[in-house]
Amino acid sequence: MSDSVETAAVAAPAPSLHTGQSGTVVRSTVIRRLLRNPLGIIAITLLLAISLLAVLAPVLAPFQENYSNIAKTLAAPDSVNILGTDSAGRDVWSRLLFGAQLTLLSALLCAGVAIAIGLPAGLIAGYYAGKFEAVSNWVVSILMSLPGLIVLLTIRAAFGPSVWISMIAFGILISPSYFRLTRTAVQSVRNELYVDAARVSGLSDLSIIARHIFSVVRAPIIIQTAAIAGVAIAIQSGLEFLGLGDPTKATWGVMLSEGFKNVYLNPTLLFWPALAMALTIGGLVLLGNAIRDALEDGEKIKHRKKVALTKGTTAAPARAGQQRKSVTAVDLGTEHHLVKVTNLGVGYPQADGSVKKVVDDVSFHVDRGEILGIVGESGSGKSQTAFSILGLLPDNARIVAGSIQFDGNYTVAPGEDRVDQARLSRLRGKRISYIPQEPMSNLDPAFTIGYQLVTPMVRVLGIPKEEARKRALKLLADVGIANPERTFSAYPHEVSGGMAQRVLIAGAISCEPDLVIADEPTTALDVTVQADVLDLLRELQQRLNIGVILVTHNFGVVADLCDRVAVMQNGRLVEEGPVRDILRNPKEQYTRTLLASMLEGKTPMSMLVSSQKEPVA
Amino acid sequence: MSTVEVQEIAPFLTVENLVVEYPSKKFRAKPFRALTDINISIGQGETLGLVGESGSGKTTLGRAVLGLAPVAAGRITFEGRDISHATRKQRRSLSRDLQVVFQDPYTSLNPALEIGAILAEPLGVQGLEQTAARKRVKELLDQVGLPSDAIHRLPREFSGGQRQRVAIARALALSPKLIVCDEPVSALDLSTQARVLDLFLQIQKDTGVSYLFVSHDLDVVRHISHRVAVMYHGEIVEEGPADVVTLDPEHPYTQRLLLASPVPDPDRQEQRRADRHRLLDIQRHQNEQAGVSA
Repeated sequence: MSDSVETAAVAAPAPSLHTGQSGTVVRSTVIRRLLRNPLGIIAITLLLAISLLAVLAPVLAPFQENYSNIAKTLAAPDSVNILGTDSAGRDVWSRLLFGAQLTLLSALLCAGVAIAIGLPAGLIAGYYAGKFEAVSNWVVSILMSLPGLIVLLTIRAAFGPSVWISMIAFGILISPSYFRLTRTAVQSVRNELYVDAARVSGLSDLSIIARHIFSVVRAPIIIQTAAIAGVAIAIQSGLEFLGLGDPTKATWGVMLSEGFKNVYLNPTLLFWPALAMALTIGGLVLLGNAIRDALEDGEKIKHRKKVALTKGTTAAPARAGQQRKSVTAVDLGTEHHLVKVTNLGVGYPQADGSVKKVVDDVSFHVDRGEILGIVGESGSGKSQTAFSILGLLPDNARIVAGSIQFDGNYTVAPGEDRVDQARLSRLRGKRISYIPQEPMSNLDPAFTIGYQLVTPMVRVLGIPKEEARKRALKLLADVGIANPERTFSAYPHEVSGGMAQRVLIAGAISCEPDLVIADEPTTALDVTVQADVLDLLRELQQRLNIGVILVTHNFGVVADLCDRVAVMQNGRLVEEGPVRDILRNPKEQYTRTLLASMLEGKTPMSMLVSSQKEPVA
Repeated sequence: MSTVEVQEIAPFLTVENLVVEYPSKKFRAKPFRALTDINISIGQGETLGLVGESGSGKTTLGRAVLGLAPVAAGRITFEGRDISHATRKQRRSLSRDLQVVFQDPYTSLNPALEIGAILAEPLGVQGLEQTAARKRVKELLDQVGLPSDAIHRLPREFSGGQRQRVAIARALALSPKLIVCDEPVSALDLSTQARVLDLFLQIQKDTGVSYLFVSHDLDVVRHISHRVAVMYHGEIVEEGPADVVTLDPEHPYTQRLLLASPVPDPDRQEQRRADRHRLLDIQRHQNEQAGVSA
């Protein structure tokens, strides 16, 4: 993106890139999003209400937790005991309130212990790695292999029926979940450049962890805690339900156990603690989910968009379907072009119903044996144009205008709003092939190079495996690989980037295509390797007489390979013509600006754009 | 280093016989040697361009100077102090003079922090109080050509070129004497690259800062450097004044590098392509002869 565009984005009060608020700190927007989510509000209200009841228990409860009125056991609700009494004549409502205190506190204690152990250990292990990580991994593995319930029963036998001790023990047992979570999160940012920059700034490790690392684990820890607190309540109540709790203390688990004993005499005794637990655990789970949703809000909007879109455009595909049958013939006199793109527009429908155009009114054609270069900066729509020819646009993209024809047939007929995959899948791989920018990420690391070359040929050309293998070996030799046999049986990680790109080029020509679309095929390569790959592309293109669309930002690459050039800016075609005309006598100001940015032939140490006033300053 | 020009500028960063080795992940395996016997020096207000292909060790050399790579042998001296094994505390005082701009403007800024907080970080480490730090941050934004309301924005609200300006502003925060620039323009578009290079030159003119400028692009290095060192397989194979090294190189690798970079004119590029093939033939021939005689 050019700086003039940057200025526009900065000058605008709210950047157009983001539909949400311009946002200050991530956390505050997360909280705001959380409060906008009805589930989040329900969960927070529920938990706040329960906590409030627990805190105010001494005020709200009409009786002490263990005050028993022996004259009134298993009573039905009345004005004094609003939820009735249990088998010892204790007030259920009062016990429920005091039980909330103990249950919630013990759950907090459990989570607190787990965090106090797991978080620092995870931070240290993740950040420093080395011996500490190795040792703590051992400890974690041991802890995780312990059968939790049996350990808790043992501890109860040894230390008596204290809720606190069993929850501390459970906290220790469950701490590995925090440890693993933290360690993984820290590992993922440990080698980020901003951490390196902080090191160079002289920040101590402690400040780096506090400022740069902790923010990454904060959100997952909160989510995890919501879940763990729920589990702790369940486990604790489970123990007490089994009769292992402290009978002198009112907790929901003890009440549940009591209720179960009297289930035939008064079933509601079972109901109230169960309801309290269900509400609390449910609230915690909902809260965890709501926080996660708030953190992943961006993604969610996209999903919503998609739904809205399918609803809004249900009529359109049907119409397109009718047209498909009637419009099959291309305009007379254009069928000799290998590819012809006419007034193409590509857009992405937005949540508010508008369409964000990324390609607008682009027309060009490519003939057999011709190389067309599409030049532009990032965001100019050059890759989107190439992908619409390949039919590889993302699902939510729409062809908003124009048509694309390949070898005399429409792949996108005028009026259609999507690329017809049925039509394109017959062409793709067979007649139109693709060379990507990142060679390594386009080879599957799990399969050998030979397998990845042979399979498409067997599938697309329908030739037997043995013949495909012979062809693959010949192709590898053709693309200048010195030892085809060895590369054939190698895995992608065993070859260099330049070699991987040769393999992909071999794959692209393996099914004898008419058109190759190369998207920045040399950008990820070293300059010396780039020169070799360009030589290879030129030699293959001449030998096989194929049409090539070369997407690039490098005018040197254009000069090396292309017959014609199209210059794109902000989704529009600025200029198109024979390579010599465009590079030597560009008509448009934008093309001139781009060419002026080239360093070749400039006086060293001179200002490159000083003549044009710095727009951002 | 024998040229008159270099002797005029007293070097304040010298790297002598530097070896960097990364311990191997495999048990008892030999460590991986990333740099072998590196000797470079940079004077006040001077730019040393470091060029080489990926894996040549040029980034590692920059990281070793910054204390981010393990030094196995040799010395790095900065203003007379040996900093090859500087502690974190020494690094903190060094950070006033020694700063960095990384390649990727997307991962070099913490996405969760506002621009103001990012820029104030090095100032805070040096104990600058908050009002003074705020004032300095404003100055810095102005210096790199960003609007002052950028202070309360997050990195994701900026384009690549603007983020790189933020990263440059952070490096400038403490008015350092040397900035290690690790491929600072290779992730940027052409016109953005031109503007950022202008910014680097302007800053050097204004502040007299020195650069260790790492890049894979010979054109970029030629444009911004006084002297150029070429790295190949962890060693420096050629070093000298920028115009000599980048226009009339001696080492076979630099010659290949020069002719591999395409020029934006079809006919001159065809000529260069032919030159390159001729050079490759000659070098292949020489290698064969060397092989025969060896």
